[in-house]
Amino acid sequence: MSLIESTATELLGQLQSGRTTAVEIAAACLKQIDRHDAKIKAFLRVDRDGALARAAEIDARRKAGKPVGRLGGLPVAVKDLLCTKGQRTTCGSRMLENFRPPYDATVIAKLRAADAVLIGRTNMDEFAMGGSNENSAFGLTHNPWDLTRIPGGSSGGAAASLAASMVPLSVGSDTGGSVRQPAGFCGVLGMKPTYGRVSRYGLVAFASSLDQIGPLGRSAEDIALLLEVIAGGDPLDSTSVDRPVPKYTESIARPLENLRIGLVREHFGEGLDAEVEAAVREATRVYQSLGATVSELSMPHGKYAVATYYIIAPCEASSNLARYDGAHYGHRTDEKAMAVELAAQRKALQQTGDSRKLEALDNPLIRMYRRTRAEGFGAEVKRRIMIGTYALSAGYYDAYYLKALKVRRLIRQDYDRAFEQVDLIAGPVAPTPAFEIGEKVDDPLAMYLLDLYTASANLAGIAGMSIPCGLSTGGLPIGLQLQAPPFEEERLLRAAHMFQQATDWHTRRPELS
Amino acid sequence: MSISREEVEKVSLLGRLLLGPGELEKMTSQMGQILDYMHLLSEVDTENVEPMAHALDLTNVLRDDTPGVSLPRDEALAAAPHRDDECFLVPAVLGDP
Amino acid sequence: MSTPHKVVIGLEVHVQLDTRTKLFCSCSTQFGAPPNTQTCPLCIGMPGTLPVMNRRALELGMKAALALNCEIPRFTKWDRKNYYYPDLPKGYQISQFDLPMSCDGYLPISDAKGRFEPKRVGIIRAHLEEDAGKSMHAEAAGKADSRIDLNRCGTPLLEIVSEPDMRSAEEAKAFLTELKLLLVYLGVSDCNMQEGSLRVDANINLHVDTSEGTKATPIVEVKNMNSFRAVERALAYEIVRQTEAWEETHTELGGPGGFKTTRGWDESAQVTRPQRTKEESSDYRYFPEPDLVPVTVTEDQIEQSRQSLGELPAALRTRLEATYEITPYDSDVLVNQGRALVDYYIELAEACGDGKQAANWVQQDVLRTLNERQIPVEQFPVSAAALAPLLEKVRCGKLDANRGREVLAGMVELGRGLEDVMREMGIAEVDDSALETLCRELLEANPKIVADLKAGKQKAVGGLIGQAKKQNPNVNPGKVRQLCLELVEKM
Ligand SMILES: [Zn+2]
Repeated sequence: MSLIESTATELLGQLQSGRTTAVEIAAACLKQIDRHDAKIKAFLRVDRDGALARAAEIDARRKAGKPVGRLGGLPVAVKDLLCTKGQRTTCGSRMLENFRPPYDATVIAKLRAADAVLIGRTNMDEFAMGGSNENSAFGLTHNPWDLTRIPGGSSGGAAASLAASMVPLSVGSDTGGSVRQPAGFCGVLGMKPTYGRVSRYGLVAFASSLDQIGPLGRSAEDIALLLEVIAGGDPLDSTSVDRPVPKYTESIARPLENLRIGLVREHFGEGLDAEVEAAVREATRVYQSLGATVSELSMPHGKYAVATYYIIAPCEASSNLARYDGAHYGHRTDEKAMAVELAAQRKALQQTGDSRKLEALDNPLIRMYRRTRAEGFGAEVKRRIMIGTYALSAGYYDAYYLKALKVRRLIRQDYDRAFEQVDLIAGPVAPTPAFEIGEKVDDPLAMYLLDLYTASANLAGIAGMSIPCGLSTGGLPIGLQLQAPPFEEERLLRAAHMFQQATDWHTRRPELS
Repeated sequence: MSISREEVEKVSLLGRLLLGPGELEKMTSQMGQILDYMHLLSEVDTENVEPMAHALDLTNVLRDDTPGVSLPRDEALAAAPHRDDECFLVPAVLGDP
Repeated sequence: MSTPHKVVIGLEVHVQLDTRTKLFCSCSTQFGAPPNTQTCPLCIGMPGTLPVMNRRALELGMKAALALNCEIPRFTKWDRKNYYYPDLPKGYQISQFDLPMSCDGYLPISDAKGRFEPKRVGIIRAHLEEDAGKSMHAEAAGKADSRIDLNRCGTPLLEIVSEPDMRSAEEAKAFLTELKLLLVYLGVSDCNMQEGSLRVDANINLHVDTSEGTKATPIVEVKNMNSFRAVERALAYEIVRQTEAWEETHTELGGPGGFKTTRGWDESAQVTRPQRTKEESSDYRYFPEPDLVPVTVTEDQIEQSRQSLGELPAALRTRLEATYEITPYDSDVLVNQGRALVDYYIELAEACGDGKQAANWVQQDVLRTLNERQIPVEQFPVSAAALAPLLEKVRCGKLDANRGREVLAGMVELGRGLEDVMREMGIAEVDDSALETLCRELLEANPKIVADLKAGKQKAVGGLIGQAKKQNPNVNPGKVRQLCLELVEKM
């Protein structure tokens, strides 16, 4: 098998045994990127020289018998929202087009310390808001399985880079399904760890109480490897949890005994594509054949997840994104043009004699903010800022935000009850396979409804994972979602590995022209 | 309960966005549609339910009062769109926030 | 400057907690550093940064709250207060909204001069929050850019909100004086107004008795007061202004045109002026801060904090009055100077054995020197132990009080002991036999005065005292007087 088709775990074995080098792997990845990324556009930027230099440095160290980190020279792609010292971190936004953070995110620091080769930055929906990558300010990413289709989002570039065999490992972030859903659409694996499992320090925030960094890969073992490196408590993140990180890679091959899998009755209702349902049901039969018991259960509040999520996330986002105002960093509007605009508006109002409107005319500072943000943000980000600002404002807080926080608790309680009966919940990742580019751009609500199966895990803070489990008749990947109680990532990984021992969906790759 | 154009305009100021006439129209209709969908929640009985603001039940994460390293000023100001040798510059601030 | 109506004043005080680092990052809080040299990605509000709470700030906040007799809820949390301002780079301030770290306390105030009855001013709440940075505005407003310094951004503040319990500008000033004293005693804050470690906003209106019952006038929030005196004057000004406004317009709070307004104190003109506030800016959209976890407090922690408070000013005043038999006025002056001066006083009073005399000397001579030299009592050149013998000499008449003051001035100046200084200044104690010889000589030389004295004209002794002082400046005039009268009696 060629280098680019190998899993990270296989490559690591080859590196350790001297059958290949980090430079060879990096070069192979770069070559694949060169060949295909003009069409797929998974990457916003590729650090060719930096990656090769780093790989050479690691190779030299290994050759000299010096210690090499856990990732031993494996290339890793990073979603463009993890702050990296001195390097552009754009979040897919014009607002941060030229922003270079003066510090490293904790996960970046951990990747460096583990001797990952940071090969490039993957495309994403602006500020991680979206499920199709169509909201990136820097262009679409195409689904490697069908270039007319979206790769999912918001970690669309991350998933596409793996599906197109451009990298063995990718790091994304998941606020309402942003790792799991693109992984499902692209036929790779993606995990949203338990809230607090991975430090958020340096992850540019979308919705702080929901955001979690997650690994993407082409096998459960690879996810285990990457999670082992990036997980752990962090004194720089008050919401990270300081508990030991299990050796996921060591336990993964141990099958789960007496595994109890739950299917959520409400997941299999209206709106679920028949092929997706069939693939998910078939996956549960695979588990049964491996000795698991499968039962149905009810999570009555699941159907409120989208409404709850699309109140809480925009509320937090409206506040988190307030800092992008052109004052201290990032984009600022052209102040001369602004002054001209304001003067013209003042003059016009003076002529009409509308003193109320004249009085209400923005002062230069406020207009600077407003123009900066109008220019720097795309339509979806604006929409969410508007919804969040509205839902938090006087008179609406109780009806929207507070109500959503209460339903959030009920959703969590549904999970608590479910996990008394079963070890894992299995179900679809998304209602349909990847849809066509442009299909839903003018229907934000339809786009939001795609998060129906994924958003609850973020609201509840539990762990979830997406595993390839089939292909549609149109040849598009279908994902199986497994969800586990908080801090049971190990259970997810072992279950995923069991499935992959019995099936080969995760090895399927698209034909790239 | 939809949202009016005037309300959308007010919210756009509160959120420091500037919507052109066309954008305002579209935003009003899309927000109305989305907010209508949110009313699905009104059918949930949340009497005596504690709001859940955090995904975790962590408390008391505190650090010691030990000074660390600040950024050199040039690094602190490096990303500023407009600055002088010492400070960030913004259009004149009038009155209190 | 008074009003026939009831004055209602509530205060909002922000004090900077005396921590070494900021509330949520480890940048220094040292005052006076060059602009933007105490910042980091967090306090610049850069993407991806996360706050981590300073333990010391919580401890200091709790001490202050306990000293203000507040309840400490067992659970407290952080909220975001959202507004746009360039000195607030995140676009929100981390503060506490509905579950503050303390509430429902009080601070007793009184006036040593008796201008108002002692009372308790209620404390609605005291909560922690982060400070904003500093915007420096160009002189020609609207023309040049504003400059932003973020050094102060993220400094821990305790916001203390009083009940509207104060009924006069004097009471408001007394509250602030007592609050500052308390916080300084606790070591919670240096409360230095010049450096912005203590800032005051006041809410003031009038309650007017009318034939239709009591009416409240519109509340005015007064800002920009840079000293306690400014607070007192601004409030006195508002009382007059609001009284006149009421008489002219009869505008009621909540009635037509009767909304709360903000006014700024103009120190140079000694008036308040309306400040423009945007209606929408008051919609702060508070919500729980997702990046910080709540804080729980145990009974034990509260008890420990209570134990660490030490002797607070009110208790100290009572003790000084009881132990050293000084007046409330004296104890007030001493205690208001801070713990170090009180310690000096106590040592002096114990050593010289006369609390009242010690109080006089500390208040007059010691304090004057400290003020003149702008030094703290720790740097006063004469220790309490060195000063005590001087006081004793004055008390038993060996030195005239004025002479004693000169001696103390000498000790301060020369930085030497009592005996040394007296020798240096040529001041000798006058022993009793020498004094008697002097008096006899004077009586002999002044038969006219003797005759007057014999005739009962006691005033005439003044002439003898004057001559005695000329011959020996160290004589105690009281003693000369007493001795001369005794000698004439025996003649
Ligand atoms: Zn800082």
